[in-house]
Amino acid sequence: MSLLIKGGLVVDPSRHLEDPLDLLVERGKIVALEPPGQIPDAGRRVISAPGLVVAPGLVDMHVHLREPGEEYKETICTGTRAAVKGGFTAVAAMPNTKPVNDTAAVTRLILDQAKTAGNARVYPVGAISVGSRGQALSEYGDLRVAGAVALSDDGRPVSNAMLMRRALEYARTFDLPVIAHCEDLDLSAEGAMHEGVVSLQLGLKGIPAAAEEVMVYRDLTLASLTGARLHIAHVSTGGSVAIIRLAKAMGLPVTAETAPHYFSLTEEAVLGYNTHAKVNPPLRTEMDVKAIKEGLRDGTLDAIACDHAPHSSLEKEVEFAAAAFGLIGLETSLGLTLKLVHTGELSLIQAIEALSTNPARILGVAGGTLAVGAPADITVINLNREWTVDVNTFASKSRNCPFDGWTLKGKAVMTIVGGRVVWEED
Amino acid sequence: MEFRRKDLLGIADLEPEEIQVILDTAASFKEISTRPIKKVPTLRGKTVVTMFYEPSTRTRMSFEIAAKRLSADTLNLTVSASSAVKGETLADTAHNLEAMAPDVLIIRHAASGAPHYLAQRLKCGVINAGDGLHEHPTQALLDLLTVKEAKGTLSGLKVAIIGDIAHSRVARSDIHAFTKMGSQVTVAGPATMLPPYLETLGATVTTSLLEAVRGADVIMMLRLQLERMGQMFLSTLREYSQFFGLAPKHLQLAKDDVIIMHPGPLNRGVEISPEVADGPHSLILEQVTNGVAVRMAVLYFLIGGEKG
Repeated sequence: MSLLIKGGLVVDPSRHLEDPLDLLVERGKIVALEPPGQIPDAGRRVISAPGLVVAPGLVDMHVHLREPGEEYKETICTGTRAAVKGGFTAVAAMPNTKPVNDTAAVTRLILDQAKTAGNARVYPVGAISVGSRGQALSEYGDLRVAGAVALSDDGRPVSNAMLMRRALEYARTFDLPVIAHCEDLDLSAEGAMHEGVVSLQLGLKGIPAAAEEVMVYRDLTLASLTGARLHIAHVSTGGSVAIIRLAKAMGLPVTAETAPHYFSLTEEAVLGYNTHAKVNPPLRTEMDVKAIKEGLRDGTLDAIACDHAPHSSLEKEVEFAAAAFGLIGLETSLGLTLKLVHTGELSLIQAIEALSTNPARILGVAGGTLAVGAPADITVINLNREWTVDVNTFASKSRNCPFDGWTLKGKAVMTIVGGRVVWEED
Repeated sequence: MEFRRKDLLGIADLEPEEIQVILDTAASFKEISTRPIKKVPTLRGKTVVTMFYEPSTRTRMSFEIAAKRLSADTLNLTVSASSAVKGETLADTAHNLEAMAPDVLIIRHAASGAPHYLAQRLKCGVINAGDGLHEHPTQALLDLLTVKEAKGTLSGLKVAIIGDIAHSRVARSDIHAFTKMGSQVTVAGPATMLPPYLETLGATVTTSLLEAVRGADVIMMLRLQLERMGQMFLSTLREYSQFFGLAPKHLQLAKDDVIIMHPGPLNRGVEISPEVADGPHSLILEQVTNGVAVRMAVLYFLIGGEKG
């Protein structure tokens, strides 16, 4: 069946396009983009989009779907349901499941479950090391053939610099990007939040900004040594932004992402021992928030990825020090990013680029574009729609969201994957 | 001004007037402990439960004696005897206790914020008897009472707090308490034990014991937690005691009528020399006596009177 999206503003960063165009989808692909009114309605499902933005499907390159192993927190089905509700047509699934995705077998299981669920596309990320234990390389060739699009030991840094060097070299062999979780475990040891004024007041052990920055610096140096494609995950500090900016200026093939909570919240969100604001890397200071926004604006930070990390009340309704790190973001990521558009800190095309075009390019996957011939992964957005975040209406299985009760402006109203409408607002 | 709260969780959220009224009441309760029959019926029929998830002798006994002198019934839950070892969560333990209708829970816990966690979930009052690295409010109140009695005032005094500030909940509560009551607080220790941003709490920060004690009215020595030796916070005990241990020669730098305090238990010969601990300037045992009075006052305000 063909689909005609009519009267919307097409925003496609892959071609620097921001024009009123009608878009025609047939057999799962984009087949035509024409000035308004030129494509006839006859025999087609017509989606009326005046006042709406038609964007390439959003891609979140950093989520935790918890399946296999922790299905009580999230499944591939519920996680991808949350994704399409939040406007995401594809997500990259981090390998820290149980068992860890360090083999082709686990990668195939994830892809099978994603297919059965039929929501967003899922791109598995394979583990850098066997069991993510940081000791031996996993089978990158097999992982790639099975469908893994990148490598990461996310959740655990690769502490051994020699292993990281070899991982970058071996990943280059198979043209896979390496996604680095940058944390010096000796510096962050026992820390529960950012080391600063609030950790002092609350008597919580701190994680200094340096715990992230020394590892960002190390990994950039190793990227320079090996020539591999390095992507820095969840950048949270102004210092990291500055180091990455310098590396890019030197011509290193490095990319980086941040998460909406790092430009929306500070360490003060932890006050009252709020475990929903316990996340790793931790929420930082006002200065860091400013630097993160500037990094997004000048392109130092390529992507926005929410690091969706579902946890149940078992992990969160406990003493702060005992609580798990992580928060969920798939259903708030777009709204929080559009806040930056409404305040003029980012242009609309920059926001879509960071949420779609860039992550697709970094992972080397289809999507991130509305070019004729591309798969019809499309997100239709109402920029001005005001809504209140209510965790009880979330499609995710988990409720660990520090934005509950926030009013956001801007929301996905329809999500299309491969020409199929997988979610639309009532 | 009265003290009307459900819980006592920390000094940081108290108004100076609230602190004052607790100190005044504690001073008047002190006399009860000098009577031949050390008991008044104020809290008759009230139930006080202590939950200590960390070892403590002095604080737990002090609370229990305070409750008993006011005729409350007391019940002590110690961790090894409780369900915590069977995997019960803190919230479940507390809800189960609450189902037996106590009037107040007194909790000590290794996790900062554990008393706040309970206070948000329980209808009965919660008293923080020390949470992680965060606060130990009744210790700070008894320190204030001790200094007030010795000096007649709390305003304009120079208070030196010396030792492992980073891991001390007493230090945090004392910095808040003395600062709120108009004293000037200087903290000193090796930089490994001085967390960043201490000055945001209103304290002057130095790495020199000599600088801290110069002109001091009050010197508060903190216990060095010897288990931190292996964690790169200090080199040797010998060197620590040489540079950060309080010895008689240091008292000459302080005011003539300086008072020496310590929350206990003491590491004699490490952070404080026996001559100083037992010398004429020491009020260490007076602190213990005042602990009972302050805790009587706190219990009285939380569950006593017409409010109860």
